[in-house]
Amino acid sequence: MCGIAGLIHRGKSSKVGHELQGMLQALKHRGEDSTGYALYGDTDGKNFIMRFKVGENVGEGSTSVAEDVSVYDERKKIVDNYLSELGAKIIKEERILPYSLRYEIEYDKKDLLNFSQKIESIPGVEILSMGKSLEVIKDLGNAKMVCDRYNLDKLVGTHAIGHARMATESGVDIKSAHPFWGYPFSDVSVVHNGQLTNYWNNRRSLENKGMRFMSECDSELIAVYLAEKMRDGASLEEGMKESLTGLDGVFTYFVATKDSLGMAKDTMAAKPLVLYESDELVAMGSEEIAIRSILPQEIDTYDPFDGEVKVWQI
Amino acid sequence: MANIKNTEKKTKAQAMGMHTEVLTGRTQQKFFNPDEAENFYYFGTYDVDFNKRTDLDVKDMTAAEANKEIDNLMSQGFGTIVIKNPQGKHSLGVGILNKLNLIFEGSLGYFGMGSCDGPIVRINGRVGWSCAENLMAGKVVIEKNAGSCFGAAIRGGDLICKGSVGARTGIDMKGGTIIIGGDAGAFTGFMMQRGRIIILGDVGINLGDSMYDGTIFIGGEIGSYGSDAVDSELTKNDQDWLKRKLKVAEIGENFDVSKMKKIVAGKKLWNYDNLEPTEKKGAI
Repeated sequence: MCGIAGLIHRGKSSKVGHELQGMLQALKHRGEDSTGYALYGDTDGKNFIMRFKVGENVGEGSTSVAEDVSVYDERKKIVDNYLSELGAKIIKEERILPYSLRYEIEYDKKDLLNFSQKIESIPGVEILSMGKSLEVIKDLGNAKMVCDRYNLDKLVGTHAIGHARMATESGVDIKSAHPFWGYPFSDVSVVHNGQLTNYWNNRRSLENKGMRFMSECDSELIAVYLAEKMRDGASLEEGMKESLTGLDGVFTYFVATKDSLGMAKDTMAAKPLVLYESDELVAMGSEEIAIRSILPQEIDTYDPFDGEVKVWQI
Repeated sequence: MANIKNTEKKTKAQAMGMHTEVLTGRTQQKFFNPDEAENFYYFGTYDVDFNKRTDLDVKDMTAAEANKEIDNLMSQGFGTIVIKNPQGKHSLGVGILNKLNLIFEGSLGYFGMGSCDGPIVRINGRVGWSCAENLMAGKVVIEKNAGSCFGAAIRGGDLICKGSVGARTGIDMKGGTIIIGGDAGAFTGFMMQRGRIIILGDVGINLGDSMYDGTIFIGGEIGSYGSDAVDSELTKNDQDWLKRKLKVAEIGENFDVSKMKKIVAGKKLWNYDNLEPTEKKGAI
Protein backbone atom coordinates (compact mmCIF):
# COMPACT_ATOMS: atom_id res chain seq x y z
CA MET A 1 0.00 0.00 0.00
CA CYS A 2 1.48 3.31 -1.10
CA GLY A 3 -0.02 6.75 -1.43
CA ILE A 4 0.21 9.03 -4.45
CA ALA A 5 -0.81 12.64 -4.90
CA GLY A 6 -0.64 15.21 -7.63
CA LEU A 7 -1.84 18.68 -8.51
CA ILE A 8 -1.71 21.09 -11.40
CA HIS A 9 -2.50 24.79 -11.35
CA ARG A 10 -3.86 26.04 -14.62
CA GLY A 11 -2.78 29.50 -15.58
CA LYS A 12 -0.85 30.37 -12.43
CA SER A 13 1.98 29.30 -10.16
CA SER A 14 1.79 28.40 -6.51
CA LYS A 15 3.87 26.97 -3.68
CA VAL A 16 3.57 23.44 -5.05
CA GLY A 17 6.28 22.12 -2.72
CA HIS A 18 4.29 23.16 0.32
CA GLU A 19 1.01 21.96 -1.14
CA LEU A 20 2.35 18.55 -2.12
CA GLN A 21 3.98 18.15 1.27
CA GLY A 22 0.58 18.61 2.90
CA MET A 23 -1.06 16.12 0.55
CA LEU A 24 1.59 13.45 1.04
CA GLN A 25 1.77 13.95 4.78
CA ALA A 26 -1.98 13.29 4.93
CA LEU A 27 -1.24 9.94 3.28
CA LYS A 28 1.66 8.96 5.50
CA HIS A 29 -0.31 6.06 6.99
CA ARG A 30 -0.09 4.46 3.53
CA GLY A 31 3.67 4.26 3.87
CA GLU A 32 6.57 6.33 5.13
CA ASP A 33 9.57 4.20 4.19
CA SER A 34 10.38 6.88 1.68
CA THR A 35 8.74 9.93 0.13
CA GLY A 36 9.38 11.52 -3.21
CA TYR A 37 8.49 14.75 -4.96
CA ALA A 38 8.51 15.64 -8.63
CA LEU A 39 8.18 19.42 -8.66
CA TYR A 40 7.80 21.50 -11.79
CA GLY A 41 9.21 24.85 -10.78
CA ASP A 42 9.13 28.22 -12.44
CA THR A 43 12.35 28.64 -14.39
CA ASP A 44 13.51 30.67 -17.37
CA GLY A 45 13.77 27.41 -19.32
CA LYS A 46 17.32 28.07 -20.50
CA ASN A 47 19.34 25.67 -18.39
CA PHE A 48 18.90 22.08 -17.28
CA ILE A 49 18.44 21.23 -13.65
CA MET A 50 20.06 17.92 -12.78
CA ARG A 51 19.22 16.29 -9.47
CA PHE A 52 21.48 13.35 -8.77
CA LYS A 53 22.83 11.24 -5.97
CA VAL A 54 26.34 9.93 -5.40
CA GLY A 55 25.34 7.53 -2.64
CA GLU A 56 22.44 6.25 -0.59
CA ASN A 57 20.88 7.36 2.64
CA VAL A 58 22.07 4.68 5.06
CA GLY A 59 20.12 6.00 8.02
CA GLU A 60 17.65 4.10 10.19
CA GLY A 61 15.46 1.73 8.19
CA SER A 62 17.63 1.80 5.09
CA THR A 63 18.49 -1.45 3.31
CA SER A 64 21.58 0.11 1.74
CA VAL A 65 25.13 -0.73 2.70
CA ALA A 66 27.03 2.04 4.45
CA GLU A 67 29.95 3.56 2.52
CA ASP A 68 32.79 5.80 3.52
CA VAL A 69 31.61 9.34 2.87
CA SER A 70 34.88 10.09 1.09
CA VAL A 71 33.68 8.08 -1.93
CA TYR A 72 30.90 10.64 -2.42
CA ASP A 73 33.52 13.35 -3.01
CA GLU A 74 35.39 11.15 -5.45
CA ARG A 75 32.21 10.40 -7.40
CA LYS A 76 31.29 14.06 -7.49
CA LYS A 77 34.68 14.94 -8.94
CA ILE A 78 34.22 12.35 -11.69
CA VAL A 79 30.74 13.73 -12.44
CA ASP A 80 32.23 17.23 -12.76
CA ASN A 81 34.92 15.93 -15.12
CA TYR A 82 32.42 14.03 -17.24
CA LEU A 83 30.17 17.09 -17.49
CA SER A 84 33.11 19.05 -18.77
CA GLU A 85 33.88 16.33 -21.32
CA LEU A 86 30.24 16.35 -22.45
CA GLY A 87 30.39 20.09 -23.03
CA ALA A 88 28.10 20.92 -20.16
CA LYS A 89 28.83 23.97 -18.03
CA ILE A 90 27.87 24.02 -14.36
CA ILE A 91 26.13 27.35 -13.68
CA LYS A 92 25.11 26.67 -10.11
CA GLU A 93 25.96 23.87 -7.72
CA GLU A 94 24.20 22.88 -4.51
CA ARG A 95 25.15 19.98 -2.28
CA ILE A 96 22.02 19.57 -0.20
CA LEU A 97 23.21 16.45 1.59
CA PRO A 98 26.53 14.58 1.35
CA TYR A 99 24.92 12.15 -1.12
CA SER A 100 22.44 14.45 -2.85
CA LEU A 101 23.22 17.26 -5.27
CA ARG A 102 21.49 19.78 -7.49
CA TYR A 103 23.27 21.25 -10.50
CA GLU A 104 22.08 23.94 -12.86
CA ILE A 105 23.73 23.12 -16.17
CA GLU A 106 24.16 24.88 -19.46
CA TYR A 107 23.95 22.12 -22.05
CA ASP A 108 22.82 22.84 -25.59
CA LYS A 109 22.74 19.30 -27.02
CA LYS A 110 19.48 17.43 -27.18
CA ASP A 111 20.84 13.93 -26.69
CA LEU A 112 20.14 13.18 -23.04
CA LEU A 113 20.61 9.43 -23.56
CA ASN A 114 24.37 9.60 -24.12
CA PHE A 115 24.62 12.31 -21.48
CA SER A 116 22.88 10.17 -18.88
CA GLN A 117 24.70 6.99 -19.80
CA LYS A 118 28.02 8.75 -19.37
CA ILE A 119 27.16 10.19 -15.95
CA GLU A 120 25.55 6.99 -14.70
CA SER A 121 28.51 4.90 -15.80
CA ILE A 122 30.07 6.09 -12.54
CA PRO A 123 29.30 3.41 -9.94
CA GLY A 124 26.94 4.69 -7.23
CA VAL A 125 25.80 7.70 -9.26
CA GLU A 126 22.20 8.05 -10.40
CA ILE A 127 20.46 10.96 -12.06
CA LEU A 128 17.18 11.41 -10.24
CA SER A 129 15.88 13.90 -12.78
CA MET A 130 16.99 15.97 -15.71
CA GLY A 131 14.86 18.75 -17.07
CA LYS A 132 14.36 22.44 -17.51
CA SER A 133 11.54 22.54 -15.03
CA LEU A 134 11.42 19.14 -13.29
CA GLU A 135 13.18 18.44 -10.01
CA VAL A 136 12.85 14.99 -8.44
CA ILE A 137 13.63 14.88 -4.75
CA LYS A 138 13.30 11.58 -2.91
CA ASP A 139 14.65 10.21 0.30
CA LEU A 140 13.80 8.02 3.27
CA GLY A 141 11.15 9.15 5.73
CA ASN A 142 7.74 10.77 5.56
CA ALA A 143 6.74 13.81 3.51
CA LYS A 144 7.50 16.39 6.15
CA MET A 145 10.90 14.93 6.94
CA VAL A 146 11.93 14.95 3.28
CA CYS A 147 10.45 18.41 2.71
CA ASP A 148 12.33 19.85 5.67
CA ARG A 149 15.55 18.06 4.74
CA TYR A 150 15.52 19.49 1.21
CA ASN A 151 13.81 22.80 2.00
CA LEU A 152 11.02 22.25 -0.53
CA ASP A 153 8.40 24.33 1.23
CA LYS A 154 9.08 27.50 -0.72
CA LEU A 155 9.41 26.01 -4.20
CA VAL A 156 7.04 27.77 -6.57
CA GLY A 157 5.75 26.06 -9.68
CA THR A 158 2.76 24.97 -11.69
CA HIS A 159 2.39 21.28 -10.95
CA ALA A 160 3.76 18.37 -8.98
CA ILE A 161 3.35 14.68 -8.27
CA GLY A 162 4.50 12.73 -5.25
CA HIS A 163 4.62 9.37 -3.56
CA ALA A 164 4.54 8.04 0.00
CA ARG A 165 6.03 4.56 -0.14
CA MET A 166 5.54 1.39 1.80
CA ALA A 167 8.28 -0.84 0.41
CA THR A 168 6.96 -4.27 -0.53
CA GLU A 169 8.88 -5.70 -3.45
CA SER A 170 12.22 -3.93 -3.33
CA GLY A 171 14.54 -2.25 -0.87
CA VAL A 172 14.11 0.75 1.38
CA ASP A 173 16.48 3.05 -0.45
CA ILE A 174 16.46 6.13 -2.64
CA LYS A 175 16.95 4.23 -5.90
CA SER A 176 13.69 2.32 -5.32
CA ALA A 177 11.78 5.37 -4.18
CA HIS A 178 9.37 7.20 -6.45
CA PRO A 179 9.00 9.35 -8.51
CA PHE A 180 10.94 7.85 -11.39
CA TRP A 181 12.38 10.03 -14.06
CA GLY A 182 11.20 9.07 -17.57
CA TYR A 183 14.79 8.49 -18.68
CA PRO A 184 16.07 9.81 -21.04
CA PHE A 185 13.26 12.30 -21.66
CA SER A 186 13.60 15.75 -20.23
CA ASP A 187 10.99 16.70 -17.62
CA VAL A 188 9.06 13.38 -17.50
CA SER A 189 8.28 11.77 -14.14
CA VAL A 190 6.04 8.96 -12.85
CA VAL A 191 4.57 7.79 -9.53
CA HIS A 192 2.65 4.57 -9.09
CA ASN A 193 0.49 2.75 -6.56
CA GLY A 194 0.01 -0.97 -7.19
CA GLN A 195 1.85 -4.05 -8.39
CA LEU A 196 2.92 -4.92 -11.92
CA THR A 197 2.94 -8.63 -12.60
CA ASN A 198 4.66 -8.66 -16.00
CA TYR A 199 7.58 -6.57 -14.82
CA TRP A 200 10.39 -8.96 -15.79
CA ASN A 201 8.99 -9.78 -19.22
CA ASN A 202 8.59 -6.10 -20.02
CA ARG A 203 11.93 -5.20 -18.49
CA ARG A 204 13.84 -7.76 -20.54
CA SER A 205 12.07 -6.62 -23.68
CA LEU A 206 12.77 -2.93 -23.02
CA GLU A 207 16.39 -3.54 -22.05
CA ASN A 208 16.85 -5.31 -25.36
CA LYS A 209 15.62 -2.11 -26.99
CA GLY A 210 18.26 -0.07 -25.18
CA MET A 211 16.23 1.28 -22.27
CA ARG A 212 17.80 1.52 -18.81
CA PHE A 213 16.56 0.43 -15.38
CA MET A 214 18.23 1.64 -12.20
CA SER A 215 16.26 -0.33 -9.60
CA GLU A 216 14.28 -3.54 -9.23
CA CYS A 217 11.16 -1.63 -8.30
CA ASP A 218 8.28 -2.66 -10.56
CA SER A 219 7.02 0.92 -10.71
CA GLU A 220 10.10 2.03 -12.61
CA LEU A 221 8.74 -0.02 -15.50
CA ILE A 222 5.97 2.53 -16.08
CA ALA A 223 8.43 5.38 -16.58
CA VAL A 224 10.59 3.32 -18.92
CA TYR A 225 7.55 1.92 -20.76
CA LEU A 226 6.16 5.40 -21.43
CA ALA A 227 9.59 6.75 -22.37
CA GLU A 228 9.97 3.98 -24.95
CA LYS A 229 6.52 4.71 -26.40
CA MET A 230 7.33 8.40 -26.70
CA ARG A 231 10.72 7.59 -28.20
CA ASP A 232 8.83 5.72 -30.89
CA GLY A 233 6.67 8.75 -31.61
CA ALA A 234 3.59 8.20 -29.45
CA SER A 235 2.13 11.09 -27.51
CA LEU A 236 2.03 10.86 -23.73
CA GLU A 237 -1.69 10.15 -23.75
CA GLU A 238 -1.32 7.48 -26.44
CA GLY A 239 1.42 5.80 -24.44
CA MET A 240 -0.70 5.86 -21.31
CA LYS A 241 -3.65 4.30 -23.11
CA GLU A 242 -1.43 1.55 -24.47
CA SER A 243 -0.16 0.89 -20.96
CA LEU A 244 -3.62 -0.24 -19.86
CA THR A 245 -3.09 -3.45 -21.81
CA GLY A 246 0.70 -3.48 -22.03
CA LEU A 247 1.10 -3.46 -18.25
CA ASP A 248 -0.38 -6.34 -16.30
CA GLY A 249 -1.41 -6.08 -12.69
CA VAL A 250 -3.15 -3.47 -10.60
CA PHE A 251 -2.16 0.15 -10.79
CA THR A 252 -3.05 3.75 -10.56
CA TYR A 253 -0.27 6.00 -11.75
CA PHE A 254 0.43 9.66 -12.45
CA VAL A 255 2.79 10.98 -15.05
CA ALA A 256 3.90 14.56 -15.46
CA THR A 257 5.72 16.46 -18.18
CA LYS A 258 6.88 20.04 -18.44
CA ASP A 259 3.39 21.31 -19.16
CA SER A 260 0.98 18.48 -18.36
CA LEU A 261 -0.22 16.04 -15.74
CA GLY A 262 -1.92 12.70 -16.43
CA MET A 263 -3.46 9.77 -14.61
CA ALA A 264 -4.23 6.18 -15.60
CA LYS A 265 -6.18 3.52 -13.77
CA ASP A 266 -6.08 -0.21 -14.53
CA THR A 267 -9.04 -2.06 -15.99
CA MET A 268 -9.99 -3.61 -12.66
CA ALA A 269 -9.93 -0.30 -10.79
CA ALA A 270 -8.20 -2.10 -7.97
CA LYS A 271 -6.25 0.87 -6.68
CA PRO A 272 -7.89 3.98 -5.29
CA LEU A 273 -7.93 7.47 -6.70
CA VAL A 274 -9.99 10.50 -5.80
CA LEU A 275 -10.05 13.44 -8.15
CA TYR A 276 -10.98 17.11 -7.88
CA GLU A 277 -11.17 19.13 -11.07
CA SER A 278 -11.89 22.81 -11.65
CA ASP A 279 -10.88 25.42 -14.21
CA GLU A 280 -8.07 26.61 -11.95
CA LEU A 281 -6.85 23.46 -10.25
CA VAL A 282 -6.77 19.69 -10.58
CA ALA A 283 -5.84 17.80 -7.42
CA MET A 284 -5.84 14.05 -6.95
CA GLY A 285 -4.70 11.50 -4.47
CA SER A 286 -5.14 7.98 -3.16
CA GLU A 287 -7.54 9.31 -0.54
CA GLU A 288 -9.73 12.37 -0.24
CA ILE A 289 -7.89 13.57 2.85
CA ALA A 290 -4.92 14.37 0.61
CA ILE A 291 -7.04 16.80 -1.39
CA ARG A 292 -8.59 18.18 1.80
CA SER A 293 -5.18 19.24 3.01
CA ILE A 294 -5.16 21.96 0.36
CA LEU A 295 -8.93 22.39 -0.13
CA PRO A 296 -10.56 22.12 3.29
CA GLN A 297 -13.84 23.64 2.09
CA GLU A 298 -16.64 21.45 0.73
CA ILE A 299 -15.81 20.41 -2.84
CA ASP A 300 -17.04 17.92 -5.42
CA THR A 301 -14.75 14.97 -5.95
CA TYR A 302 -15.09 11.64 -7.73
CA ASP A 303 -13.36 8.33 -8.41
CA PRO A 304 -12.23 7.89 -12.02
CA PHE A 305 -13.55 4.63 -13.48
CA ASP A 306 -11.63 1.53 -14.51
CA GLY A 307 -9.41 1.91 -17.56
CA GLU A 308 -9.61 5.69 -17.47
CA VAL A 309 -6.81 7.92 -18.75
CA LYS A 310 -6.85 11.69 -18.31
CA VAL A 311 -4.33 14.38 -19.15
CA TRP A 312 -4.46 18.06 -18.17
CA GLN A 313 -2.38 20.96 -19.44
CA ILE A 314 -1.13 23.87 -17.32
CA MET B 1 -22.00 -42.02 1.59
CA ALA B 2 -25.36 -40.39 0.96
CA ASN B 3 -27.76 -41.92 -1.48
CA ILE B 4 -27.37 -40.04 -4.72
CA LYS B 5 -29.76 -42.07 -6.82
CA ASN B 6 -33.08 -40.38 -6.02
CA THR B 7 -31.95 -36.86 -6.67
CA GLU B 8 -33.97 -35.71 -9.62
CA LYS B 9 -34.26 -32.10 -8.49
CA LYS B 10 -31.16 -31.94 -6.36
CA THR B 11 -27.56 -31.71 -7.29
CA LYS B 12 -25.24 -34.48 -6.26
CA ALA B 13 -23.48 -32.10 -3.92
CA GLN B 14 -26.74 -31.40 -2.08
CA ALA B 15 -27.54 -35.07 -1.82
CA MET B 16 -24.16 -35.70 -0.33
CA GLY B 17 -24.84 -33.10 2.33
CA MET B 18 -22.14 -30.74 1.14
CA HIS B 19 -24.59 -27.87 1.41
CA THR B 20 -28.19 -27.55 2.46
CA GLU B 21 -29.31 -24.16 1.26
CA VAL B 22 -31.84 -23.83 -1.52
CA LEU B 23 -30.81 -20.86 -3.61
CA THR B 24 -34.12 -20.14 -5.33
CA GLY B 25 -36.14 -17.35 -3.72
CA ARG B 26 -33.65 -16.48 -1.06
CA THR B 27 -34.28 -12.79 -1.48
CA GLN B 28 -37.64 -13.28 0.24
CA GLN B 29 -36.21 -15.17 3.19
CA LYS B 30 -36.91 -13.82 6.69
CA PHE B 31 -34.13 -13.94 9.17
CA PHE B 32 -35.91 -13.00 12.38
CA ASN B 33 -39.34 -13.49 13.79
CA PRO B 34 -40.72 -10.00 14.49
CA ASP B 35 -42.61 -11.41 17.48
CA GLU B 36 -39.29 -12.05 19.14
CA ALA B 37 -37.94 -8.55 18.57
CA GLU B 38 -38.14 -7.69 22.26
CA ASN B 39 -35.66 -10.44 22.98
CA PHE B 40 -32.98 -8.77 20.94
CA TYR B 41 -30.67 -6.49 22.85
CA TYR B 42 -27.60 -4.70 21.60
CA PHE B 43 -24.97 -3.66 24.06
CA GLY B 44 -24.40 0.05 23.77
CA THR B 45 -27.80 1.09 22.44
CA TYR B 46 -29.83 3.92 23.88
CA ASP B 47 -33.32 5.37 23.96
CA VAL B 48 -33.06 8.54 21.92
CA ASP B 49 -35.46 11.36 21.11
CA PHE B 50 -35.39 12.39 17.44
CA ASN B 51 -36.54 15.88 18.45
CA LYS B 52 -33.51 16.32 20.64
CA ARG B 53 -30.93 17.74 18.27
CA THR B 54 -27.31 18.84 18.53
CA ASP B 55 -24.30 19.73 16.39
CA LEU B 56 -20.86 18.14 16.61
CA ASP B 57 -17.82 19.79 14.96
CA VAL B 58 -15.24 17.07 14.28
CA LYS B 59 -12.70 19.28 12.52
CA ASP B 60 -10.05 18.82 15.19
CA MET B 61 -11.04 15.32 16.27
CA THR B 62 -9.68 11.96 15.25
CA ALA B 63 -12.19 9.44 13.91
CA ALA B 64 -12.09 7.54 17.20
CA GLU B 65 -12.76 10.70 19.19
CA ALA B 66 -15.62 11.68 16.89
CA ASN B 67 -17.24 8.25 17.07
CA LYS B 68 -16.90 8.19 20.84
CA GLU B 69 -18.56 11.58 21.07
CA ILE B 70 -21.45 10.41 18.85
CA ASP B 71 -21.92 7.51 21.24
CA ASN B 72 -21.78 9.89 24.19
CA LEU B 73 -24.45 12.14 22.64
CA MET B 74 -26.71 9.16 22.00
CA SER B 75 -26.29 8.12 25.62
CA GLN B 76 -27.62 11.58 26.53
CA GLY B 77 -30.72 10.92 24.43
CA PHE B 78 -29.86 13.01 21.37
CA GLY B 79 -31.70 11.46 18.44
CA THR B 80 -30.62 13.95 15.77
CA ILE B 81 -26.94 14.74 15.44
CA VAL B 82 -25.43 17.03 12.79
CA ILE B 83 -21.74 16.41 12.12
CA LYS B 84 -19.85 19.50 10.97
CA ASN B 85 -16.52 19.50 9.08
CA PRO B 86 -15.99 15.77 8.53
CA GLN B 87 -13.44 16.80 5.85
CA GLY B 88 -12.98 13.35 4.34
CA LYS B 89 -11.94 11.64 7.57
CA HIS B 90 -11.99 7.85 7.52
CA SER B 91 -14.21 5.55 9.57
CA LEU B 92 -16.69 8.15 10.78
CA GLY B 93 -20.01 6.89 12.13
CA VAL B 94 -19.00 3.24 12.28
CA GLY B 95 -20.69 0.69 14.50
CA ILE B 96 -23.87 2.62 15.33
CA LEU B 97 -26.39 -0.01 16.44
CA ASN B 98 -29.09 2.48 17.24
CA LYS B 99 -32.03 4.34 15.83
CA LEU B 100 -30.52 7.74 15.08
CA ASN B 101 -30.97 10.60 12.66
CA LEU B 102 -27.41 11.43 11.63
CA ILE B 103 -26.48 14.21 9.19
CA PHE B 104 -22.98 14.83 7.85
CA GLU B 105 -22.39 18.32 6.50
CA GLY B 106 -19.52 17.38 4.21
CA SER B 107 -17.66 14.36 2.88
CA LEU B 108 -16.41 11.14 4.43
CA GLY B 109 -13.30 9.11 3.69
CA TYR B 110 -12.97 5.33 3.73
CA PHE B 111 -15.25 2.98 5.68
CA GLY B 112 -17.80 5.66 6.62
CA MET B 113 -20.92 4.29 8.36
CA GLY B 114 -19.49 0.76 8.41
CA SER B 115 -21.15 -2.05 10.38
CA CYS B 116 -24.22 -0.04 11.35
CA ASP B 117 -27.64 -1.32 12.28
CA GLY B 118 -30.53 1.10 12.31
CA PRO B 119 -29.50 4.74 11.82
CA ILE B 120 -30.98 7.05 9.19
CA VAL B 121 -28.02 8.89 7.69
CA ARG B 122 -27.70 11.71 5.20
CA ILE B 123 -24.26 12.67 3.90
CA ASN B 124 -24.26 16.02 2.11
CA GLY B 125 -21.02 15.26 0.33
CA ARG B 126 -19.03 12.38 -1.07
CA VAL B 127 -17.90 9.12 0.50
CA GLY B 128 -14.70 7.13 -0.04
CA TRP B 129 -14.18 3.39 -0.42
CA SER B 130 -16.33 0.85 1.39
CA CYS B 131 -19.09 3.14 2.56
CA ALA B 132 -21.65 1.39 4.80
CA GLU B 133 -19.84 -1.93 4.63
CA ASN B 134 -21.82 -4.61 6.46
CA LEU B 135 -24.85 -2.36 6.93
CA MET B 136 -27.54 -4.43 8.61
CA ALA B 137 -30.52 -2.05 8.73
CA GLY B 138 -31.31 1.63 8.33
CA LYS B 139 -30.89 4.06 5.48
CA VAL B 140 -27.80 5.87 4.25
CA VAL B 141 -28.17 8.58 1.60
CA ILE B 142 -25.15 10.14 -0.13
CA GLU B 143 -25.88 13.36 -1.98
CA LYS B 144 -22.76 13.29 -4.19
CA ASN B 145 -20.42 10.54 -5.49
CA ALA B 146 -19.04 7.45 -3.81
CA GLY B 147 -15.83 5.45 -4.11
CA SER B 148 -15.32 1.77 -4.81
CA CYS B 149 -16.73 -1.16 -2.82
CA PHE B 150 -19.83 0.87 -2.05
CA GLY B 151 -22.11 -1.22 0.18
CA ALA B 152 -19.70 -4.14 0.40
CA ALA B 153 -21.29 -7.14 2.13
CA ILE B 154 -24.39 -5.28 3.31
CA ARG B 155 -27.01 -7.48 4.96
CA GLY B 156 -29.96 -5.13 4.88
CA GLY B 157 -31.13 -1.54 4.78
CA ASP B 158 -31.18 0.97 1.95
CA LEU B 159 -27.98 2.50 0.65
CA ILE B 160 -28.50 5.34 -1.79
CA CYS B 161 -25.98 7.36 -3.77
CA LYS B 162 -27.38 10.20 -5.85
CA GLY B 163 -24.15 10.55 -7.86
CA SER B 164 -21.86 7.96 -9.41
CA VAL B 165 -19.96 5.16 -7.69
CA GLY B 166 -16.66 3.37 -8.32
CA ALA B 167 -15.89 -0.29 -8.93
CA ARG B 168 -17.22 -3.39 -7.12
CA THR B 169 -20.40 -1.77 -5.83
CA GLY B 170 -22.35 -4.30 -3.75
CA ILE B 171 -19.51 -6.79 -3.72
CA ASP B 172 -20.46 -9.82 -1.63
CA MET B 173 -23.77 -8.21 -0.57
CA LYS B 174 -26.11 -10.49 1.30
CA GLY B 175 -29.29 -8.44 1.44
CA GLY B 176 -30.68 -4.92 1.38
CA THR B 177 -30.94 -2.51 -1.51
CA ILE B 178 -28.35 -0.30 -3.18
CA ILE B 179 -29.61 2.52 -5.40
CA ILE B 180 -27.32 4.60 -7.61
CA GLY B 181 -28.54 7.71 -9.41
CA GLY B 182 -25.54 7.97 -11.74
CA ASP B 183 -23.07 5.50 -13.23
CA ALA B 184 -21.25 2.58 -11.65
CA GLY B 185 -17.82 1.11 -12.35
CA ALA B 186 -16.52 -2.38 -13.13
CA PHE B 187 -17.51 -5.55 -11.30
CA THR B 188 -20.74 -4.16 -9.90
CA GLY B 189 -22.48 -6.88 -7.87
CA PHE B 190 -19.36 -9.03 -7.83
CA MET B 191 -20.13 -12.25 -5.95
CA MET B 192 -23.38 -10.85 -4.57
CA GLN B 193 -25.47 -13.43 -2.77
CA ARG B 194 -28.75 -11.70 -2.09
CA GLY B 195 -30.39 -8.28 -2.24
CA ARG B 196 -31.00 -5.82 -5.05
CA ILE B 197 -28.92 -3.21 -6.84
CA ILE B 198 -30.48 -0.44 -8.92
CA ILE B 199 -28.27 1.63 -11.23
CA LEU B 200 -30.03 4.36 -13.17
CA GLY B 201 -27.01 5.19 -15.32
CA ASP B 202 -24.38 3.15 -17.15
CA VAL B 203 -22.35 0.37 -15.61
CA GLY B 204 -18.83 -0.87 -16.38
CA ILE B 205 -17.42 -4.23 -17.38
CA ASN B 206 -18.09 -7.59 -15.72
CA LEU B 207 -21.47 -6.73 -14.26
CA GLY B 208 -22.68 -9.30 -11.72
CA ASP B 209 -19.58 -11.40 -12.08
CA SER B 210 -19.85 -14.69 -10.19
CA MET B 211 -23.08 -13.65 -8.49
CA TYR B 212 -24.81 -16.41 -6.56
CA ASP B 213 -28.19 -14.77 -6.28
CA GLY B 214 -29.88 -11.39 -5.98
CA THR B 215 -31.06 -9.01 -8.68
CA ILE B 216 -29.48 -6.09 -10.51
CA PHE B 217 -31.50 -3.49 -12.40
CA ILE B 218 -29.68 -1.27 -14.91
CA GLY B 219 -31.13 1.84 -16.54
CA GLY B 220 -28.26 2.66 -18.91
CA GLU B 221 -25.63 0.83 -20.91
CA ILE B 222 -23.80 -2.26 -19.68
CA GLY B 223 -20.04 -2.49 -20.36
CA SER B 224 -20.13 -6.28 -20.29
CA TYR B 225 -21.64 -9.15 -18.33
CA GLY B 226 -19.55 -11.07 -15.82
CA SER B 227 -19.40 -14.84 -15.46
CA ASP B 228 -22.83 -16.35 -14.91
CA ALA B 229 -24.73 -13.03 -14.99
CA VAL B 230 -27.72 -13.35 -17.31
CA ASP B 231 -30.68 -11.26 -18.43
CA SER B 232 -34.08 -11.93 -16.95
CA GLU B 233 -37.58 -10.73 -17.74
CA LEU B 234 -38.57 -7.45 -16.10
CA THR B 235 -42.00 -8.21 -14.66
CA LYS B 236 -44.84 -5.90 -13.70
CA ASN B 237 -44.05 -6.62 -10.05
CA ASP B 238 -40.46 -5.59 -10.63
CA GLN B 239 -41.55 -2.31 -12.19
CA ASP B 240 -43.95 -1.54 -9.35
CA TRP B 241 -41.27 -2.28 -6.79
CA LEU B 242 -38.73 -0.12 -8.66
CA LYS B 243 -41.16 2.81 -8.80
CA ARG B 244 -41.87 2.55 -5.09
CA LYS B 245 -38.25 2.21 -4.19
CA LEU B 246 -37.09 5.15 -6.33
CA LYS B 247 -39.82 7.32 -4.88
CA VAL B 248 -38.97 6.47 -1.30
CA ALA B 249 -35.29 7.00 -2.08
CA GLU B 250 -36.09 10.48 -3.48
CA ILE B 251 -34.14 9.61 -6.59
CA GLY B 252 -35.23 9.12 -10.19
CA GLU B 253 -38.89 9.38 -9.31
CA ASN B 254 -39.82 10.03 -12.94
CA PHE B 255 -37.40 7.48 -14.36
CA ASP B 256 -38.93 5.15 -16.97
CA VAL B 257 -38.41 1.83 -15.18
CA SER B 258 -40.09 -0.15 -17.97
CA LYS B 259 -36.88 0.10 -20.03
CA MET B 260 -34.58 -1.12 -17.31
CA LYS B 261 -32.62 -4.35 -17.73
CA LYS B 262 -32.87 -7.04 -15.09
CA ILE B 263 -29.82 -9.20 -14.45
CA VAL B 264 -29.78 -12.30 -12.26
CA ALA B 265 -27.50 -15.26 -11.59
CA GLY B 266 -27.56 -18.01 -14.20
CA LYS B 267 -26.71 -20.38 -11.35
CA LYS B 268 -24.31 -22.30 -13.47
CA LEU B 269 -21.18 -21.16 -11.75
CA TRP B 270 -19.77 -24.67 -11.95
CA ASN B 271 -19.21 -23.90 -15.62
CA TYR B 272 -16.59 -21.47 -14.42
CA ASP B 273 -14.26 -24.43 -13.92
CA ASN B 274 -14.43 -25.12 -17.65
CA LEU B 275 -13.12 -21.72 -18.65
CA GLU B 276 -9.80 -21.42 -20.32
CA PRO B 277 -7.08 -19.84 -18.15
CA THR B 278 -7.22 -16.59 -20.09
CA GLU B 279 -10.97 -16.40 -19.57
CA LYS B 280 -10.56 -17.11 -15.89
CA LYS B 281 -8.19 -14.23 -15.63
CA GLY B 282 -10.75 -11.96 -17.23
CA ALA B 283 -13.37 -13.17 -14.80
CA ILE B 284 -11.17 -12.51 -11.78
